[in-house]
Amino acid sequence: MTRNTAIGLTRIAVIAGSIALVELLCQRKIISPLVMIPPSEMMTSLWHMFGSHKIWDDIAQTFSTVALSFVLSVAAGFGFGALIHALPRVRRALDPLLASYYSIPFFVFYPLLIALFGLNTIPLIVIGFVFATAAMVISTLNGLDRVPRVMTKTARILRLSPARAVWSVTLPAAAPYLFTGLKLALAYSFIGVIAGEFILSGGGLGFSIAYAYNDFDSQTMYALMMFVLLIAVVMNGALHVWEQHMLKKRARA
Amino acid sequence: MTQAWPTLDSRVLDGLVLAALFLAVWQGLYEYAGDAAITSPLTTVDYASSLVKTANFWTHAQATLAAFAYALVISIALGIVLGLALGFQRFAGDVAEPILVALYTIPKITLYPLILLIFGLGVSAKVAFGVIHGVIPIILFTLNAVKNINPVLIRSSRIMRLSTWQTVSTVLAPAVMPELITGVRVGFSLTLLGVLIGEMFASQRGLGFLIINGINLHNVRITTAVILIVVLFAILANGLLLAFDKRMHRTA
Repeated sequence: MTRNTAIGLTRIAVIAGSIALVELLCQRKIISPLVMIPPSEMMTSLWHMFGSHKIWDDIAQTFSTVALSFVLSVAAGFGFGALIHALPRVRRALDPLLASYYSIPFFVFYPLLIALFGLNTIPLIVIGFVFATAAMVISTLNGLDRVPRVMTKTARILRLSPARAVWSVTLPAAAPYLFTGLKLALAYSFIGVIAGEFILSGGGLGFSIAYAYNDFDSQTMYALMMFVLLIAVVMNGALHVWEQHMLKKRARA
Repeated sequence: MTQAWPTLDSRVLDGLVLAALFLAVWQGLYEYAGDAAITSPLTTVDYASSLVKTANFWTHAQATLAAFAYALVISIALGIVLGLALGFQRFAGDVAEPILVALYTIPKITLYPLILLIFGLGVSAKVAFGVIHGVIPIILFTLNAVKNINPVLIRSSRIMRLSTWQTVSTVLAPAVMPELITGVRVGFSLTLLGVLIGEMFASQRGLGFLIINGINLHNVRITTAVILIVVLFAILANGLLLAFDKRMHRTA
């Protein structure tokens, strides 16, 4: 057994073991059922909820909001990053802002966004966008900074048109960093939207968790919490696998 | 010296342009949305400066700062201890790292009801929520700092027959310190974020509560002013930590 398989297996064992432990503690009522229901019950509750319309409405609303915020933040982040990469003075001026961007607790702006745009999905899209865009800008700058000189020079020697040079030289060279940007933008859009829904909104998964909490409906609450965690883990896992695959292909090329 | 001055001047100028642009956007939002949604920069600064003279503001600020201080101390202590343990136990570290990264990217806000059910309404729930936000980046930065210690350093300390304590204090601690400070800086911001979100969702005290309460009472003045104060605090604290961080990385 190689070290990597040993690590992988241990990791699975640790995760499965912790879930089993929580299950046992809940079953034995060492963790009071008022605090937490057993994970198995969360899953059955979630399964039943898939039969109702309510959860599909929530899912549709949350995911369309996340998708919109993600697409907008990636487009704006990439465009803006490429733009300020070409304008060193602007970039230098914005540098301190980018360095301290994520120290700003952005969710404090969320109530203000509601006052500005009303209690609908726009504040959610905006908070997700604001939270995710800077990550994409930073990743774009990192990627463009690390395009090897020799490649841009080769493109010039081969007399590629600017569009062709960007498409077949710059973008592939910057791809791993851009991919990191996509990954972060997706995670941050998701966190931003769910958090906004949770704090104050009229629908979506975050809203339904908060609603179930206020309603003492722990079956629904834990089922939805489980669902959100599963989605986040699956999303990250899929992107991780895709990234590894891409890196392996690059290493071969 | 003569070379350095013009660049410094243009830097200051750029900063001023940026600040002016920011204020213009803010003023523009105000012109667009009106008094019901946001207050203008001037009124906000004016109101914020009168707000900080009231005792009521300070009771809330104190509640936030106390919860934040507890949460930060716990995040740092726990984060460094776990980070060091996982860093030195290579196998455990490799097992744990992806799990920690996954935990870092989940929307932890959905766990807040669970925290409330365990700790009840009050300061301990806010502290716990701050800790779950802040502790993971500190663990990850510490873990990587330890993992990336140059093995030559450890070997040479063994050759010089340093005692364990000497190795730790003169070799290992200085080697991991710069990354550790970066971790603390990131953890600082996220702990603050966690505490504030906690206050916004279910709390009767604290600055997060003031912000959300202002919206519920249609008192945008207080919301905008408190946001300004919180953001200035966050940027200022981060600026200080960033300067310290950069110095550590330079001297290392």
